[in-house]
Amino acid sequence: MRVLFTVFAKEVVDNIRDRRTLASALLMGPLFGPILFAFVINLSIERSLSDVEKTLALPVLGASHAPNLVRYLESLNMEIVDAPESREAAVASVKTGLHDVVVIIPQAFGEQMAAAIPAKVELISDQANTTADRDSRRVRRALFAYNQELAAIRLAARGVSPLVLRPLNIDDIDVSTPSGRSGILLGMMSYFFIFAMLMGGMYLAIDTTAGERERGSLEPLLALPVTRDKLILGKIIATCLFMALSLMLSLGSFFVALKFMPLEQLGMTPNFGPAVVVTAFFLLAPFILLGAAVMTLVASFTKSYKEAQTWLSVVLLAPTLPILVVSLLTLRPRLEFMFIPSLSQHLLLIDMVKNEPINVAHVVISVTSTLLFGGLLTWLCARLYRREGLLG
Amino acid sequence: MIKVDGVHKSFGDVHALRGISFEAPDGKITGLLGPNGAGKSTTLRVLYTVLKPDEGHASIDGNDVVEKSLDARRCTGALPHGAGLYPHLTARENIAYYATLCGIARDEMDERVESIIDLLEIRDFADRRSKGFSHGQRTKIALARALVHDPQNVILDEPSNGLDVMATRSLRELILKLKDAGRCVLFSSHVMQEVAALCDDIVIIANGQVAMDDSAAGIKKKTKCKNLEDAFVAAIQLVGPE
Repeated sequence: MRVLFTVFAKEVVDNIRDRRTLASALLMGPLFGPILFAFVINLSIERSLSDVEKTLALPVLGASHAPNLVRYLESLNMEIVDAPESREAAVASVKTGLHDVVVIIPQAFGEQMAAAIPAKVELISDQANTTADRDSRRVRRALFAYNQELAAIRLAARGVSPLVLRPLNIDDIDVSTPSGRSGILLGMMSYFFIFAMLMGGMYLAIDTTAGERERGSLEPLLALPVTRDKLILGKIIATCLFMALSLMLSLGSFFVALKFMPLEQLGMTPNFGPAVVVTAFFLLAPFILLGAAVMTLVASFTKSYKEAQTWLSVVLLAPTLPILVVSLLTLRPRLEFMFIPSLSQHLLLIDMVKNEPINVAHVVISVTSTLLFGGLLTWLCARLYRREGLLG
Repeated sequence: MIKVDGVHKSFGDVHALRGISFEAPDGKITGLLGPNGAGKSTTLRVLYTVLKPDEGHASIDGNDVVEKSLDARRCTGALPHGAGLYPHLTARENIAYYATLCGIARDEMDERVESIIDLLEIRDFADRRSKGFSHGQRTKIALARALVHDPQNVILDEPSNGLDVMATRSLRELILKLKDAGRCVLFSSHVMQEVAALCDDIVIIANGQVAMDDSAAGIKKKTKCKNLEDAFVAAIQLVGPE
């Protein structure tokens, strides 16, 4: 026990004194998440708000041919601006990106309209340009609505009920709650926590294996009358401590950062109060041991500090894989998912943030299976620490 | 007391040790002499138990290095080749870390650490972080922490490598002090003069085998050479390649 504690204490002191490494480990992870998150949230707020409120400058060629249509478009918060001289010029201007969308009303519009034959209106847009696509869709929607309105008026003039045109009455009912909507965006949050957690212990995991070997301090250490199991265990526990610290910091920084994000504007009210922060810590904590063991295991196979860093940056990405797959397939939490570390933490955290009831059985399986995996890998680390090849 | 009996060790295709046998008794200094790549470090690594012999046995104070490796390590202080320190710890902390791991009781700790600091004359820089230490200072601290638990057997792998005159001199004095205290000192070197000046027994190793095992005078006599260098060259000729 004393040996274990001595190794643990020495690694902690050693890591704390390495100021620059400590700063990068404990600041990078916890700050990276909230900053990126704030950026994405603000961007999406800007986009969704601009959709409705912003006046769209719409170039219309031949606006004088259809004064009613132009007035209708203006009523939908569109400002009609001067369009290029000709149809060719209009096409070219959209191609080069000068305009996102141009409407062309041919001279025959008035005649065709009066004769009640379909009047031609051209909408020029570049569908490959995703940012322009939003504007062109808005114009297309407006034109379609005008079309419907005219059709209804014409039917009414002929004594036919406009309802003939509406065999279906489609009612869109959105059951997502404000908390639920936030879950979509906050889904990436859980990965930030796991990332910050791994970052917090990465340097120590490298230092205890590849680092010691490179410095030449491993061989005399192994020549001491101490079992290697105790050495590696002490080192892994020290790694766990810094990972836990980093996780706490990143949860705290998210808690603070969310207060400054105008999430209500997106119709989101994430459930991320102090109680959730504390619960989230205990929900994610089992992953610490697993992460520490994996990083130590990978680092012990490498020949140098540099090589270990390269490999561990791959390990940093590994926990995203199950999260990514499930997010892409938009799968709901299922019992069998709870056996997969990182995925189970992710799903439970999302449910919590969405303010949905948490299944106790899911929590139990998540915690025990992750701890089991962690224990297994720690054992494997200890086994590998016994081999001669460790000295490189 | 260190005993090595018919030890073989291979790394892949390389047959590094091919039946090494010798003894290093208490109260004597035994030198392992040999050209580069002869197997000196590998032999010592087997003795301080970081490598396991493929064949044969080795023991320290009767403790087999494989069967009772913890006991063997307990009565051994080892200085591996190029031993590194923890740069963020002070010299004293580096020594105290090893002392604790060796199981020195808390109430004896200060006394032990202080006495080893005096023995190796490192008080001047004992409380500085070891980051900027010179090679000589590092070697002294590495020696101090290897000796902090007062081991009966001391194994040093090329301890004088890269040391200046003064540092080599104090190392030599330390080794002699250990001998006078009745310790068993085994060290490796490829510097002839050093071995000749210090060792009671010289084990010449070449090609993973013991070429000769005798006192300096005995080796000169056996090879019929006047100086040790010629004797050394003659001795390693006795061991052909596999």
